[in-house]
Amino acid sequence: MTNAPTYLPEYIMFGLIASSMVVAAVRVVTTKNVVHAALWLVLVLGGVAGLFILLASEFTAITQVLVYIGAIVVLFLFGIMLTRAPLGKSADLDNNVAQRIVGALVGLSLLGVMVYGLVNRWSDQKIELVGSSTRQLGQTTEQISDSIFSTYLVPFEVVSVLLLAALIGAIVLARRD
Amino acid sequence: MMLGDTIFDVYWFQTVIKVLVVALLIPTTALILGIVFLFKVMSWMQSRLGPQEAGPKGLLQLLADGAKFLQKEDLTPMSADVRVFRMAPIVVLMSTFLLFVIIPASPNLVVENLPNGVFFAFAVSSLSVIGVLMAGWASANKYALLGGIRAAGQLIAYELPMVLAVVGVVIQAGTLSMNGIVVAQAGFHIGPIPVPYIVTQFPMFLVFLAATQAELTQAPFDMPVAESELVAGYQVEYSGFRFLFFFMAEFATAFAFAAIAATLFLGGYYVPGLDINSGIYWVLGPIVLFTKIMLVSFLIFWFRFTYPRFREDQLQRFAWKWLIPISLVWISVTALFKVWVA
Repeated sequence: MTNAPTYLPEYIMFGLIASSMVVAAVRVVTTKNVVHAALWLVLVLGGVAGLFILLASEFTAITQVLVYIGAIVVLFLFGIMLTRAPLGKSADLDNNVAQRIVGALVGLSLLGVMVYGLVNRWSDQKIELVGSSTRQLGQTTEQISDSIFSTYLVPFEVVSVLLLAALIGAIVLARRD
Repeated sequence: MMLGDTIFDVYWFQTVIKVLVVALLIPTTALILGIVFLFKVMSWMQSRLGPQEAGPKGLLQLLADGAKFLQKEDLTPMSADVRVFRMAPIVVLMSTFLLFVIIPASPNLVVENLPNGVFFAFAVSSLSVIGVLMAGWASANKYALLGGIRAAGQLIAYELPMVLAVVGVVIQAGTLSMNGIVVAQAGFHIGPIPVPYIVTQFPMFLVFLAATQAELTQAPFDMPVAESELVAGYQVEYSGFRFLFFFMAEFATAFAFAAIAATLFLGGYYVPGLDINSGIYWVLGPIVLFTKIMLVSFLIFWFRFTYPRFREDQLQRFAWKWLIPISLVWISVTALFKVWVA
């Protein structure tokens, strides 16, 4: 009973995840409370992790959760609450109408460019998720680590040094003496 | 569905069963740890009787408490952010729920044998910080907010030694899968004697236990819920079943972390000398794992009941100046041995 695989469950899940991500993303920029914005962002980033799972890249999905939700959003929340964490609506969180129109225009044109780029380049290609040639896109952890520590060793080390420099710079800036 | 399939082979049915099993495990494990350690061992260590009335030797006290919490009114402070306030305990409990997914109780008795099991465990355990921050902020209470911030700072600081402590085991086993680590451990010998990884990774075991203690915000790392300073920290405004959620999450997470420690360092469900593919592990595995979990939990709660609270600066210094350097050194040692032996 192994016919050509139909991806119906994947399509349904993609539709659910993608639509809730869109709603959450709109709420990030329209909500009147800065903590709510950070919490809606959790939903958006969690949705990204879900999409990675649909593409059979568990490692990337878990990294997404660990780094973006577990670290970056927590840092956002931590920062907001350490400085100022108003409950209820903040009126000064909104921009005036002209800025909103410009923002919407920029967002829409970015969407247009990305949709055009993706459709133009990849519309005739299919991602095979089931079968022997599955690991085309969804890579195993071994493959990822092999490529990081062989093909991409130099960029990896450069990024590490860059991060270390940023870390030391932050400490130097924060020190009083 | 094919002709030979039973309902047990259907994916959705399996998923429902697994979810139900984990949903049952969380209150059960929380109850076991609560009764055995919080009530019995704690009162024994502190030379007092502890609960005596409910049930034989007071063993049903926690069940009675749980029933009491369920009857209490579900209070929400007037100036609280209602939706976030109500969601926070659920987020914390969800993180606990996901932790149970990767714990193998026998070669096949596991909710999902993920190839990145250990990594997954850390990712989902980091989600609880968001729930804690949500609770602290939405309560509209300065003690709750302080507790939430303290908890977040502590959980961020101690996630690092926890992950590093596991790296040694992962290097030695050569896999991130929980089941794979048990199998690799079963084949590990020093000379002719089969030993679990605690022998070679003993410093990492101590680092992992300390980090677990901090992740659970238990004494001596209980700054976030310090009752003498913050009343109950981020939990202060919660009552009824929402408080019960926090309570269950704390003890079920303790159980899950003890299970992870037992699997990584003590060989999990494996008994030395017994073939790992033997069918007897269907029955024996959970019992062996449970015994090891109780051993690790005893250590965790022993520290909890006997050490005084750390100050904030001592807490951070302990993580950055002791736990992280120790684990980094031991990672290097393990990696050198791995290359040298191979």
